[in-house]
Amino acid sequence: MSKVIKSREDLKNLYCRILEGRKRIKYSVTICGGTGCRAQGSENLRDAFEREIKKRAWGRIGKIKMSGCHGFCEMGPIVLINPGDIFYIKVKAEDISEIIEKTIIKGQYIERLCYKGNDGEIYTRDADIPFYKYQKRFILKLNGRIDPTSIEDYIISGGYSALVRVLYEMSPDEVINEIANSQLRGRGGGGFSTARKWKSCKDAPGDIHYVICNGDEGDPGAFMDRSIMEGNPHSVLEGMIIGAYAIGSSQGYIYVRAEYPLAVEHLQKAIDDAYSYGLLGNENMLGKGCGFDIKIIRGGGAFVCGESTALMASLQGEVGEPRAKFIHTVERGLWEKPTNLNNVETWANIPLIINSGSKKFASIGTENSKGTKVFSLVGKINNTGLVEVPMGITLREIIDKIGGGIPNNKRFKAVQTGGPSGGCIPEQYLDLPVDFDNLSRIGSMMGSGGMIVMDEDTCMVDIARYFMDFLKDESCGKCTSCREGIKQMSSILEKICAGYGEEGDIEKLEEIAKLTIEVSLCALGTSAPNPVLTTIKYFRGEYNVHIKEKKCPAHVCSNLIKYKIVREVCVGCGVCAKACPVKAVKGKKKLPHSIDEDKCIKCSLCKVSCKFDAINIE
Amino acid sequence: MEVTKDITKDSKIDLAVVSKIIRKHKDNTGGIIEIFQDIQAHFNYLPKEALQLVSKKRGMPISRIYHVATFYSIFSLIPRGRYIISVCTGTTCHVRGAPLLLETILRELNIGIGETTRDRIFTLEAVRCIGACSIAPAVRINDKPFGPLNPAGLLRLLNEYRKN
Repeated sequence: MSKVIKSREDLKNLYCRILEGRKRIKYSVTICGGTGCRAQGSENLRDAFEREIKKRAWGRIGKIKMSGCHGFCEMGPIVLINPGDIFYIKVKAEDISEIIEKTIIKGQYIERLCYKGNDGEIYTRDADIPFYKYQKRFILKLNGRIDPTSIEDYIISGGYSALVRVLYEMSPDEVINEIANSQLRGRGGGGFSTARKWKSCKDAPGDIHYVICNGDEGDPGAFMDRSIMEGNPHSVLEGMIIGAYAIGSSQGYIYVRAEYPLAVEHLQKAIDDAYSYGLLGNENMLGKGCGFDIKIIRGGGAFVCGESTALMASLQGEVGEPRAKFIHTVERGLWEKPTNLNNVETWANIPLIINSGSKKFASIGTENSKGTKVFSLVGKINNTGLVEVPMGITLREIIDKIGGGIPNNKRFKAVQTGGPSGGCIPEQYLDLPVDFDNLSRIGSMMGSGGMIVMDEDTCMVDIARYFMDFLKDESCGKCTSCREGIKQMSSILEKICAGYGEEGDIEKLEEIAKLTIEVSLCALGTSAPNPVLTTIKYFRGEYNVHIKEKKCPAHVCSNLIKYKIVREVCVGCGVCAKACPVKAVKGKKKLPHSIDEDKCIKCSLCKVSCKFDAINIE
Repeated sequence: MEVTKDITKDSKIDLAVVSKIIRKHKDNTGGIIEIFQDIQAHFNYLPKEALQLVSKKRGMPISRIYHVATFYSIFSLIPRGRYIISVCTGTTCHVRGAPLLLETILRELNIGIGETTRDRIFTLEAVRCIGACSIAPAVRINDKPFGPLNPAGLLRLLNEYRKN
């Protein structure tokens, strides 16, 4: 029997068939297959569960699947047991037989595997855990529930129903209107109105129109798009097909970062399945006389290719250099044809908006930023992970309530948003509602959604140096201001961090920053100075201490710190001497040791190894 | 640089493989990057002979071929080791201690970033974020991410790979 879905009825019948087929399944085990959990052994868990199920001959009634990222990466590997929706964290292979005996057969939960709150409360379901409770999971709702390699899992969760609705009930203009009413803004960083982009592309003359999904998530510390592509690839495809229908395009591309092999694998599987069900590559999709093709293109590892014109150049097999946008890409983009490019998260929003209605979407968020936004909450934070929150939530709520605050009772210093183009936001703005406009107003930006929390042990001058070092490599080199400006800022910052800072360096940095912003062509250059400018603006004192006193208050810049053994505390155990890779620690057994400053490379291994806390940093 | 001439000398480049790759992408108007990706997947780097063949078959000057091949950071023009160690230097890993890991490897293997050990077991690379921030600081060996790592754990990991 052909699998091709030819009509609305066909999809409905397929849905019923899948539902019927799944009635026999009594137990299901969903193991998180996100990168964090995989690194902590979730694939071994899956194999062990499968062996156990085989042993018990549960092939017909038990189902084991690997889902996309749950977001709560700090607690991985995560396992979800049904019935009961029981949520286990940090599961190990040796826990499996107990899980089967107690939880699956008897329906009891195992306390040790449940999440425990700070107050000692035991949580058996994820929805009650503070990390999830304060989120609004709209796009990530199915991540962690469905098997991303199964189109049936997506269909049974309501997948492709938005596409059917669009094809059967709406004209292309009505689709664009619906998206316009939702006031959706692009999630890739710029925040441009999605509907306006679509309309301009649709209205641009030309026989061929292209649709592109930008999956070149290059911001360090950001993995939202990766998790969507890995965990729910069909939602991106469905969004793209709907967009293509609205714009009148028959060819689409997904440009995925080279560092994301699993995302490519899952997207490719999703595309192959969509082809075999007739949702792609079919000139008469769902009997409606239109069709769409999608091809994946892997990137080459260039940060600048996240910029739309550079990405299109790269798609054409050229060097990823941006061009001036006197003529917008919606008029002349890929191969000089009208091209509409949206980010992964933007595409994933589309089917949800169609299904829940633009009104509901627009009811979430602030005046000019609607809906939810996914952030990757990382750095010095207790609950590292992927969070989805309504626009307008405050940074403090994200960091304290969802993120669980900063580890080891350290003090909060700054949060960095927007990747290398964004800025560092200090404590005084923690109560600011997060949206596109507010973040730009204080010198940072929404960006694609990286949110890196920094504590008192993070040196802000070093952070500025880090970003300039990053951008120095990633600038494509086309504009002199960007290529040379970033390089000069980088070398001044290197100099300050090495202890050779001079009076006037800060002013020089500000001057170069201003010029780079004014003269560069693309967003990489015009936003590159943001990390320098915001750290100077909010942490000028730290720069001054580095320059004038030649000290690094956070003890990060290795040239400005010294490791010293406190003679009164040292018992002469010799552990640090063994740990030292360059033999800089000297001393006789049972007598206080000392560190040879000339040899010391400040690797901190001695301090980490000392059980008596006898080593200080000055 | 640690990679010396003897490494390139002993490797014979099977150009039939390259021709097959070029044919596979012949209908692709862009495609150069995909061709390079496939060549690198086979040879572990982009051999000069292969690039010359691409230039000839696609009718593109060799200068343009090199322009593209050197622009993108994933491509290597020199042979690489069996295990490619990518130390993540993304922001999260940076604030959680990646510089220390990088220094540990530099000292242990006695090679620079982008270089390969003499025995051709390891190639060291620094990458900007592998999206594994929850296990920061992280290191990827070939396609497998590891973390969170401290210098001692990293050395243990390297030794395991060295034995294999």
